[in-house]
Amino acid sequence: MSIEILLLIAGMGIVTYLPRVIPFLWLGNKTLPRWLENVLQNVPYAALGALIFPGILWVHDNVLFGLLGGAVAFFFAYRGSHMIVVVFSAIFALLLLNLFVEPFF
Amino acid sequence: MAYVETQTLSNSQFKQGLSSGLPIALGYAPAAITFGFLAETTGLTLMEATAMSMFVFAGAAQYMALNLIAIGTGALEIIFTTFIVNIRHFLMAASLEKKSEPDKPLKKAGYAFGLTDEVFAVTATRPNIVTTGFIFGVFLIAYGSWVANTIIGHWMGGFLPDLIQNSMMIALYALFIALLAPAMKENRKVILLAISAALLNGVFSLFMAEGWAIVLATIAAAVLLELRSIYDRKMKGEL
Repeated sequence: MSIEILLLIAGMGIVTYLPRVIPFLWLGNKTLPRWLENVLQNVPYAALGALIFPGILWVHDNVLFGLLGGAVAFFFAYRGSHMIVVVFSAIFALLLLNLFVEPFF
Repeated sequence: MAYVETQTLSNSQFKQGLSSGLPIALGYAPAAITFGFLAETTGLTLMEATAMSMFVFAGAAQYMALNLIAIGTGALEIIFTTFIVNIRHFLMAASLEKKSEPDKPLKKAGYAFGLTDEVFAVTATRPNIVTTGFIFGVFLIAYGSWVANTIIGHWMGGFLPDLIQNSMMIALYALFIALLAPAMKENRKVILLAISAALLNGVFSLFMAEGWAIVLATIAAAVLLELRSIYDRKMKGEL
């Protein structure tokens, strides 16, 4: 392994780990103001929204593929299907789109 | 006796974590295979590619690093870009910290290493307090898949047919949707949070790096909805 790559990996590892670990060590026993606690409680669902959109549009050159795959996933997820079923249904939808719709674009 | 009971409890929490993390492991497979493959074509050895997945464990940042290595960017710039791309995990860690079971700092520092978007999404959307065992379970199955599939990708090159690989690109988005949709049904606030963050991210990502756009959109939506709740409580005369 070349020394440059080794240093690069070490550096990347450190700057990735620090933001992940500091809040756990720093906020440990602190009581935060109520509004801030509430904001942090809001974070997971806000983050999910931001992680899904607009990224899902770029899973294929044609934005419709991502939207349709997302719609299939949403349909199964909303009905309460198991997470694995949701994931497989979306993959299967994309497989069908790639097989049968892709050739026409 | 009490000791044995807590041990069994945490053991079953760990197993639950492993099974809840399974969709992540599945979703990481094509991403890590692609990473291993691209690393090979970029000129990284098997050891280097594997080491990067083992010690960095950050999908988007690793892809970006390959791009930058390929165009001859310096190490410091790559490290700085990695930092920008991953700064959002600071916010996620702060959020999960408030939800996680109190435990020794060393254990928290251990699972903090595994806090990717996906591990955060699966653990932070649990209905109650999240146990250490559960977080470790989700983390380790996701991590195992990421590292193992990096090796497979590097070894076998384009081992998965393009058709399968292209179709599996949707997997992690489907996972996020699977976590979001059931919560939307129960709570209107979840809908508002997700939609406002999604729209804000759509706007922000037009003129800033993806890493910053996600952070700002998430904070803005989380703060806006809290302001709305404060306003509602005021109107009801609770404050």
